[in-house]
Amino acid sequence: MRYIPHTENEIQRMLDAVGLSQLDELFDAIPQKQRLARPLDLRRAVSEQELWGELKTLAARNASTETHDCFLGAGVYPHFTPAVVDALTSRSEFTTAYTPYQPEISQGTLQTIFEWQTMICGLTGCDVANASMYDGASASAEAALMAMRATRRSKVVVAAGLHPHYRDVLRTYLNGLRAEIVEAPLADDGRTAPLAEQVDGATACVILQQPNFLGAIEDVRAAAEAASACGAKLAVTVTEALSLALLTPPGELGADIVCGEAQSFGVPMSLGGPHLGFMATRQKLLRQLPGRLVGETVDTEGRRGYVLTLATREQHIRREKATSNICTNQGLCLLMATIYLCLHGRRGLRALAELNLAKAEYAKARVRENPALSLPLEAPTFNEFVVGVPDVAAALERARADRLLGGLDLAPYAPDLGPALLVCTTELVSREAIDRLVAALAGDAS
Amino acid sequence: MSDPRARIGNTGTGFSYEEPLVFELSRPGRIGYSLPAYDVPPVDAVQMLPDGSVRDDIEGMPEVSEVDVVRHFTRMSTWNASVDLGLYPLGSCTMKYNPKINERAARLGGFADAHPLQPASEQQGFLELCHRLENELAEICGMDRVTLQPAAGAQGELAGIMMIRAYHEHRGELRSKILVPDSAHGTNPASAALNGYEVVAIPSDEDGILHPEAIEAVMSEDVAGLMITNPSTLGLFEEHVVRICEIVHAKGGLVYGDGANLNALLGIARPGDLGIDVMHINLHKTFSTPHGGGGPGSGPVGVKNVLAPYLPTPVVRELAGAEGAGFVLDYDLPQSIGRLHANFGNAGMFVRAHAYIRSLGPDGLKRCAEMAVLNANYLLARLRTAYHVPFDRAVMHECVLTDRSLQDTGVTTLDVAKRLIDYGYHPPTIYFPLIVHGAIMIEPTESESLDGLDRFADAMLAIAQEAREDADTVRTAPHHTRRSRLDETRAARKPILRWQPAARD
Ligand SMILES: Cc1ncc(COP(=O)(O)O)c(C=O)c1O
Repeated sequence: MRYIPHTENEIQRMLDAVGLSQLDELFDAIPQKQRLARPLDLRRAVSEQELWGELKTLAARNASTETHDCFLGAGVYPHFTPAVVDALTSRSEFTTAYTPYQPEISQGTLQTIFEWQTMICGLTGCDVANASMYDGASASAEAALMAMRATRRSKVVVAAGLHPHYRDVLRTYLNGLRAEIVEAPLADDGRTAPLAEQVDGATACVILQQPNFLGAIEDVRAAAEAASACGAKLAVTVTEALSLALLTPPGELGADIVCGEAQSFGVPMSLGGPHLGFMATRQKLLRQLPGRLVGETVDTEGRRGYVLTLATREQHIRREKATSNICTNQGLCLLMATIYLCLHGRRGLRALAELNLAKAEYAKARVRENPALSLPLEAPTFNEFVVGVPDVAAALERARADRLLGGLDLAPYAPDLGPALLVCTTELVSREAIDRLVAALAGDAS
Repeated sequence: MSDPRARIGNTGTGFSYEEPLVFELSRPGRIGYSLPAYDVPPVDAVQMLPDGSVRDDIEGMPEVSEVDVVRHFTRMSTWNASVDLGLYPLGSCTMKYNPKINERAARLGGFADAHPLQPASEQQGFLELCHRLENELAEICGMDRVTLQPAAGAQGELAGIMMIRAYHEHRGELRSKILVPDSAHGTNPASAALNGYEVVAIPSDEDGILHPEAIEAVMSEDVAGLMITNPSTLGLFEEHVVRICEIVHAKGGLVYGDGANLNALLGIARPGDLGIDVMHINLHKTFSTPHGGGGPGSGPVGVKNVLAPYLPTPVVRELAGAEGAGFVLDYDLPQSIGRLHANFGNAGMFVRAHAYIRSLGPDGLKRCAEMAVLNANYLLARLRTAYHVPFDRAVMHECVLTDRSLQDTGVTTLDVAKRLIDYGYHPPTIYFPLIVHGAIMIEPTESESLDGLDRFADAMLAIAQEAREDADTVRTAPHHTRRSRLDETRAARKPILRWQPAARD
């Protein structure tokens, strides 16, 4: 086996050194009747060449942005990634290291995280950011837990515009904790209705998504005021991180916690993961933050360097009293995003966000002028919006026939809207593809 | 810094590069991106969107060229130790070789550039891969069903604890405690507490393993379950695991298996055959997916049939009979604990882990366990003369030593670890498990050859000798890194957690 270096001769020498005569005796601590008395029932090993063939065949049976124009978003966004991101991320000095417990030989990872923390603070308008959560959904659930700890309250008000999968994950995480979850409904225009009714003195936090699941740009300031009037925290979840380059940072509008999914920053869609949960907050909630943090310090010679810090929040020190159980996180995806953010920088990110907005406005205009289609929600949007169609299944089938992944059927998520699709337009889709999508959804003969 | 070339070239010494923060490299007007031309009419965001909803400049974002970015990260990478550079014996983390073909496979467009919400008909290749991997893991662990959804081991623990809760609640029982040995990894008690359980710590016995009496003494009808790591974090096989599981089961409890150390058991023994009801598997340990400087991982969970109704949704289901052929994501599991991940877990890791299992096959997997255990025992045999062995038994895939034999020299475990860096090794895991004073936990994995192990052992022995002859050198190590010991106390006392331009002036 090419991954295992031992020759038979070496094995014998090593057995001699440990005083055994055969490999089997290494496992003497395991009583015979507890051992597996047969080979594992798995297919025989294949060569690298055969394996490559097998996996290529499996991959070829999935649609992708290589084969289709993708109008799906809903928490996972098809964006273009510059070649630099994968080239640098593939360096095994990054890929095959682990958690930087030994700072003297982990400065590459540590400095990257420090740069990430800095950029996330700038993007969200927060004071501190951690070094990643599993994904946007668990980040939102952890935000609720964090607010519950900080306020010693147990009611969580969730805007109905929070991604339905995130709402599910929140429910899963809070089950067992005697917490109450109350949903705040959407108004007719797609934005969250005024919150006064749900928020009260027992509320730990309000969770609001920006832009929300249906694409609507929310009034974060109003939600922050409603929350803070009752001493509750506002957590703003962002699933399309690129919107942070265009919209006023939630932290500046009064959010206490800004969290979500940063997959948009150069992380492959990869059928849903690995992606990159992020979390940022105000200085005064720092000690409640879950996950790893990197801080600046100096070495014995006074030279600047970086270390993992404030570990007394974490499971390896505090065990059952830790702020979270997270250990392994999404480090390499954080590296991808940091490289992506550096490349795009101050101007590029904003320019890209504007291009996404322009694509969406163009698509909406085409929908608006098509008599078979509608825009049921009036709220302003970024790069995602709802399209009313006469018949979802037929519309998606026509799209598929034209090699378009034509948006998400909203029936399971927002049945009140009637037949409708959630459509996302990033820089990846051309005007021509948008025109084809509109024609396919409407059933226009081309 | 004393080297004048450092200041002139601003790059450190020769090819050892200093690297500023990217923000300090920023020059107004530089760009590192190129965007496609507009094929739709441009819009004025400020005009288009409601008042106050468009942001100002993003404070502190760098302006750098593509070349700047490439050099910046390439230089930073040279500051990292990694498996591809050399032995990385970080105990409990299974830092084995991460095959390159797996990386290439995960980057295939049909995996990397596919959307999780595309219709099932458009992701049959992926769903079939999931199905295969679930079956492979179930067979390896002796479990009936597997979910791939948890994003890492700790999330797998949480899922498992939640399933245990759901099982009891479904039977109308409200149990409030989870038993966790004091040698367990911190995520175990943290996961149990995160799901609202009271954690009862079980002290380890003098011989390092769990004894049935210790469990019997605390097992009651108020205990939902026991979390057990086997082999334990001391690298020891829990010889009484079968009896312990019986005791827990007799009082209606369930047993959670922390599978972080599964590498030792591949093809040798299966947790499911020993009485474990539910366990996680760290794909980033046993199944070679890269650790990525902290992640991503993947923490599939295997369960016995009694817990199958509570698996997180969705589950991958193979269609049968009139449904036709193929696979779907099934949400119809009424007693499920619910969803744990925004999508279906860290899918890219499934591709790598499946590729690994296919490359090794049943014989290769067993060979991994054998060579990992042989390597650990070989190192133990070579090091036991110089380092104290707290539990003197045959070990599995890792061995735990301590600094006790160096006590009179003033050299501690931390010093040994830092001095190992000077010899070109990433240090072992230190001060874990917490129950061993000054623990040095060494997991060589099967990837290391005899000569590689000998060189590492020579370095460890040399350090033990240095401790007697020149303790100062050891206590102030590392000496051959671009940074000497970093002041962690200072970092925690006045945390600086981001770069701020104003603070620099
Ligand atoms: C024994 C043990 N249990 C659990 C975990 C947690 O796994 P993860 O880091 O994948 O969340 C680890 C590793 O970090 C471990 O070593």
